[in-house]
Amino acid sequence: MVQDPILELRGISKRFPGGVVANDAVDFDLGRGEVHALLGENGAGKSTLMNVLYGLYGPDAGEIRVKGRRVDIRSPHDAIAQGIGMVHQHFMLIPVMTVAENIVLAAEPVHGGVFFDEKAAEQRVLDLARRFKFAIDPHARVANISVGQQQRVEILKALYRSADVLILDEPTAVLTPQEAKELFEILAVLRREGLSIIFISHKLDEVLEISNRITVLRRGKKIDTIAQEGATEEGLARMMVGREVLLRVDKRPSEPGDPLLSVTDLSVYDDRGLEAVRGVSFDVRAGEIVALAGVDGNGQSELIDAVTGLRRPASGRVEIAGRDVTAKGVRETLAAGEAHIPEDRHLRGLVLDFTLAENLALHDFRTPPASKFGWLFPQRLIERARRLLREFDVRGGGPETPASSLSGGNQQKVVVAREIDRDPQVLIAAQPTRGLDVGAIEFVHRRLVEERDEGRAILLVSLELEEVFALADRILVIYEGEIVGEYGLDATAEELGLAMTGVTRERAA
Amino acid sequence: MSEPPEQQPPAAAPTTSSTLTAFYERAGGFLVPVAATVVAFLIGGLVVLITGHNPLAAYKAIFEGTGLNYVFPWLSDDERRAAARDLQQTLLVATPLMLTAVAVAFAFRCGLFNIGGQGQYWVGFIAALWIGTHLHGVPRPLHILLGIVAAIVAGGIWGGIAGLLRATVGAHEVITTIMLNWIAIYGGVYLFERGGPLQAVPSLPQSAVIDDSAKLWVIWGDIQALHAGLFIALVGVVVYHVILNRTTLGFEVRAVGFNPEAARYSGIPVARSYFLALAIAGAFAGVAGAIDVLGFQFSVETSEISASAVGFTGIAVALLGRNKAVGIVLASLLFAALQVGTSSRQLDPAVFDPELASDLSTMIQALVIFFVGAELLIVYVWNARRYLRTRPTASQEPVV
Repeated sequence: MVQDPILELRGISKRFPGGVVANDAVDFDLGRGEVHALLGENGAGKSTLMNVLYGLYGPDAGEIRVKGRRVDIRSPHDAIAQGIGMVHQHFMLIPVMTVAENIVLAAEPVHGGVFFDEKAAEQRVLDLARRFKFAIDPHARVANISVGQQQRVEILKALYRSADVLILDEPTAVLTPQEAKELFEILAVLRREGLSIIFISHKLDEVLEISNRITVLRRGKKIDTIAQEGATEEGLARMMVGREVLLRVDKRPSEPGDPLLSVTDLSVYDDRGLEAVRGVSFDVRAGEIVALAGVDGNGQSELIDAVTGLRRPASGRVEIAGRDVTAKGVRETLAAGEAHIPEDRHLRGLVLDFTLAENLALHDFRTPPASKFGWLFPQRLIERARRLLREFDVRGGGPETPASSLSGGNQQKVVVAREIDRDPQVLIAAQPTRGLDVGAIEFVHRRLVEERDEGRAILLVSLELEEVFALADRILVIYEGEIVGEYGLDATAEELGLAMTGVTRERAA
Repeated sequence: MSEPPEQQPPAAAPTTSSTLTAFYERAGGFLVPVAATVVAFLIGGLVVLITGHNPLAAYKAIFEGTGLNYVFPWLSDDERRAAARDLQQTLLVATPLMLTAVAVAFAFRCGLFNIGGQGQYWVGFIAALWIGTHLHGVPRPLHILLGIVAAIVAGGIWGGIAGLLRATVGAHEVITTIMLNWIAIYGGVYLFERGGPLQAVPSLPQSAVIDDSAKLWVIWGDIQALHAGLFIALVGVVVYHVILNRTTLGFEVRAVGFNPEAARYSGIPVARSYFLALAIAGAFAGVAGAIDVLGFQFSVETSEISASAVGFTGIAVALLGRNKAVGIVLASLLFAALQVGTSSRQLDPAVFDPELASDLSTMIQALVIFFVGAELLIVYVWNARRYLRTRPTASQEPVV
């Protein structure tokens, strides 16, 4: 407990139709000028609790106190009136309007009683931005600004309505590491200005970095509230998942065999016709995980596309187990023994409106036993799906459930199950744990190491150094479309960081 | 992961909206078209009331005009004879609608909007007409079969042209199919107008009449009777369902329709799917044309070519039927019944002005589509919201 909390939730319970208890007598309090993290796996009840606080759900039991007074929050409107602002994971902005227009929307300054006072709106936004040290252009159209800037607009929107409690729902999920760093700087300023912040996350490192106190939820129940001092990632992970979690993947040294994926002097253009990959060469051998580390946008996506047959390279050569698949298209590349966990499971990895059985058959529906002479056997797809869902511990649905109704972690397991079940020689894993919680990350990591030990060649493309260190046997660093360095397991984060930002190359030149 | 499996994770919070959407879509699949129809009829009734007539009496008269009262056991012999004639007309109108609706639905499942049903219908019609008037002495089943096959090929080519343009140069199918409609319609007019190459009746813009051996079997009635084309249309609807759900082609079409980028990633040739989907859609519409000419029209006059709207009505039928086989059959019956029940020769002017009746029918059809469309819009926005939330940083790669 803190002295004189600005906000208190007492015994909040929320049950959903179907008997699922999303919140079970949860207590939560927020001190003035505090960042209080709400930590939990996907589906632990974090968002439900905040939606209750923000008036989107009515609680079945419990009470909310703001500045010591008991309040009844029935709608977001009530919440705003109590000084509570929320920045949702998906932004509620109107893309065609300017930053200033979005911020003042629904509380616009007017002159003459009815006319929108554009000048006053811009001035107020500028004042606000100056006070909280935000770098933002009030005239810019929201459609034209980056995701990180859009998030700042959302925060300003809450501040404009005089919020003194700010709820941030997984704010870093949509940000690049650089943008996340900038967000943390902004949050530090807000805190100094006296705002209280609830920070929802399932990422342990950022929770430890930003918050004063941390409350952990698991399966709808509050497990504990602890101070940031003395908290460790291991301890938090244990509280979140309810058992020991291996943050470090247990793996033996690799015993690499023959090269299964050979990339020679590969150059690829991006959609704008710029050379995104410039003369890259590397091998991935059987039984090893090679990580391609780099800051987003340095040619990784184009490289993956070229290696998987989705994009025609400008020059160079790609071989899978000695077979030339350069520019042969997806189907032939798959047939040569490649599997691909794509970086965006919603864009590419899954057909969200398809059932799990259909999604699991996405590569193999053309061949027996799934089909014969063009005739599909839906029952066989379902039987195969039943086996894979069990084997990969996919929860939240059966073979005939649409993929869209699964949580992100379970969706990713479906993708991983499909790709591994193809028994590939080469596995391309692009950001395989993006947006997953610790339990699911552990699962995916463990499977990847198992597949390595089976003798597959694995190319891991990741933006997260932690993941690179956890899995890789060798590390390649890509910068501006070139491989600028190869490192072993003894590399330090600093070394890689310098290589990823191009410093090493400048020095060498 | 070591938790006992029966312990369901309390995942309701993040998935409530999607569960709700799923439920809504499933229930909505049946409920919404029905509700839209009911509301449309209620509003239509209000309009009847405003014109100073009794809506119940008007609807009763329209219903009797459709011949659907044929199933009632208490009709007298005279009434039953009249009802039979009306019901034959309703079924006759519904028959091609089922197929032109399938032509829209099949393309739609591939993510394409086929506005070209009208043109595909006419090229199929003309191809079957040519077979019917230019081949002689062929045994009846073979003659009919050849006529239908010719229509399948012609409709398939007509749809396939739009598909090919979409697949190769990315020309949007809405534009190309509309253009192809006009080419088919004016091409058809040219063929049969005075001096046209297929004009057959001196001084009249008319084709020849097809040989008896090309005519479909009559199954019910005598004047403008119901023909076996009804069975062909029903088989067509079943074929549609089977292709979509039980073949690898249908799997590809649906995958491309839902998520072309995921399809491409899976090695499904997206461009080929676009081509095939429109070609097959065109073939369905072509069969609709064939069974009309082989079933009861037997010849054609240029004025009919420009007046027909069976291809366009197919769009509305597919929409109301939710691109589902059963839905399309029921929606075809509804639209056909409205058309037949309000046609001017059916109504007693004392009950409702016949001149207003066909307007009432058009209005009810439009309202049905409006309500179904509005609901689709709501679900679409709802899903778009979910979609944006789940993939906020999706790249904007062009679909090849």
